[in-house]
Amino acid sequence: MAVKSSGRWLVLAVPYLWLLALFLVPFLIVFKISLSTDAIAQPPYEPVFDLAAGWEAFKESFSALSFDNYSYVLSWDNEFIEAYGSSLWIAGVSTILLLIVGYPIAYGMARAPKSIRPTLLMLVILPFWTSFLIRVYAWIGILSPEGLLNQLLIALGIISPDQPLQILATNTAVYIGIVYSYLPFMILPLYSALEKMDDTLLEAAADLGCPPFAAFWKITWPLSLPGVFAGCLLCFIPAVGEFVIPDLLGGSDTLMIGKVLWTEFSVNRSWTVSSAVAVLLLMVLVIPIVFYQNLQAREVEGR
Amino acid sequence: MSNGVAEKTQKTIGGIRRKFAPWNDPQAVPLIRYQNVTKRFGEFTAVDNLSLDIYEREFFALLGPSGCGKTTLMRMLAGFEEPTEGMITLAGQNLVGTPPYKRQTNMMFQSYALFPHMSVWDNIAFGLKQDRMEKGAIAARVEEMLKLVKLEKFAKRKPHQLSGGQRQRVALARSLAKRPKVLLLDEPLGALDKKLREETQFELMDIQMELGMTFLIVTHDQEEAMTVADRIAVMNHGKLVQVDQPAVIYEQPNSRYVADFVGDVNILDAKVEALAPGAVTLRAEAAPDMPIRVAQECPAKVGDSVALALRPEKLRVELDPPADPSVNTLTGTIWDIGYLGDLSIYHVELPNGVRVKAAKPNLTRMVERPITWDDKVYVSFTPDAGVVLTS
Repeated sequence: MAVKSSGRWLVLAVPYLWLLALFLVPFLIVFKISLSTDAIAQPPYEPVFDLAAGWEAFKESFSALSFDNYSYVLSWDNEFIEAYGSSLWIAGVSTILLLIVGYPIAYGMARAPKSIRPTLLMLVILPFWTSFLIRVYAWIGILSPEGLLNQLLIALGIISPDQPLQILATNTAVYIGIVYSYLPFMILPLYSALEKMDDTLLEAAADLGCPPFAAFWKITWPLSLPGVFAGCLLCFIPAVGEFVIPDLLGGSDTLMIGKVLWTEFSVNRSWTVSSAVAVLLLMVLVIPIVFYQNLQAREVEGR
Repeated sequence: MSNGVAEKTQKTIGGIRRKFAPWNDPQAVPLIRYQNVTKRFGEFTAVDNLSLDIYEREFFALLGPSGCGKTTLMRMLAGFEEPTEGMITLAGQNLVGTPPYKRQTNMMFQSYALFPHMSVWDNIAFGLKQDRMEKGAIAARVEEMLKLVKLEKFAKRKPHQLSGGQRQRVALARSLAKRPKVLLLDEPLGALDKKLREETQFELMDIQMELGMTFLIVTHDQEEAMTVADRIAVMNHGKLVQVDQPAVIYEQPNSRYVADFVGDVNILDAKVEALAPGAVTLRAEAAPDMPIRVAQECPAKVGDSVALALRPEKLRVELDPPADPSVNTLTGTIWDIGYLGDLSIYHVELPNGVRVKAAKPNLTRMVERPITWDDKVYVSFTPDAGVVLTS
């Protein structure tokens, strides 16, 4: 009995140990840096905790911590709040676009003959075989003024050669990049929700007098909501902190928190402010994560 | 509504009590007509040039093994499948080409197909809302249905909070709520345990009589079909083998297939030895020294090979020869005994090795039965006990 229960504790402990080592400890380090002040030193902030210096020194360095960086980040004079807002907006719009693009694809896959579903699934995952960075770079080749898209439109005579479409370095390019890159993360949870749906439910709806389109909204859509929420959160959360796509495809006026954080860290060399930005970003994202977990708990209960 | 029961079992026509049997009435107009219906799935023919009439207020059962086409036949009436050839009419209207949501049939699905995100109340109201029924009328109908299936207290529950039997009732209530012209039941009791299933069979019959509706049930369980149905259609390979009342199907099967599929049966291969009006004498391969007399008009000729079907409960097993010389008597030895409590099944081996089953009710509480293994016994049956089958 004792062996059995200690074995169970061990199994339970493993994921928590991972979380502790790979999430909580790094988070605490970042949090501590966010409470420090910049310094021309190695590392570039102070105070630095030195356990060897003894208890008094430790207490002294502890009292040197302050929330100044947070008031700096949260002040309206600086662009941070705007960057948070703009990131949430871009991520939100992208998520809605992803849902609009991804749902019909997932629906089509779930309705496809069983024999070709694995192939379709493979095709959705296939882009992962190429580096993310290369795929985003490829969009520069497509969207730039002399890129493939403009060449095609000019060749077809839709636009004149001296007025190519300005897509690259705009928010439109960022939306395109995010929708393209995150699409599998939207399709896969939607597909799994739609695929396990019982077809006889739709037959039952039809039998009771419900035409197919109405049956979609009354049966299919509500039953796919767990997949919709999962897909939206899987896309929304990383999209808020996205850095590569706005950096490569966006323009100078594309304001996203990931890019701001990068600038703060590598150009301004302020570890402390960038840590504060990161901690606040986490806070912003914890809210939808908690919401999602509640939803999942309810779904599990619903079984 | 309450006199529906009386009306059905003892229809009074000209002062004579008559059973409900519109299929024998040449004036009766069928509610459902399958006319030369064929359904093919690629190379496979599920339903093969089949014609069938079903009458209003009938409880009709389609019985057959899996893959015999019975479910396809029902799904064509619901509109989930379209016939490859032929015509299906409901109350005189051709149904072919009408989508399921415009048909006046409702189906109770084998898996129940309850909407998991809706409460019991909303499940039952679903079809009524599709008809844009007025709100008060919907509520009244849903309450009525909940009362009918005795689920008033469960209206707010979701399907996953119900037991299997309760879900089955919700499915029934939902399919009845719209008062369809025909209720289709696809293996409705398959998921219930035996006791609950038997109870529910009688409830189904009560509901059917109370509402005065036409029920079409698909089942592979012959006992279920015999219990609930006014008429049974036995199907095989997409064709109807026999369509008749349960008692006729059981007592006068028209083929080996029906005799074997419905109930337990002994089939003895035999040759016709003599023919007389209303009687036939057979010589069974299993008992060549004993002519068997059967009181039946037989379409076969002298010398033809036929089969004699004998139900186990119609055979008597005794240690002494029967006194009545008019009964057919075979001799054999007890090979095995199955004690079922109410019945004992005696497996008797005839001299040339063929075994027959005889069922004997256990009328006393004796634990030690007089007949035991390896006893020499006499198996007897009256001339009207067996059926001669030519196909």
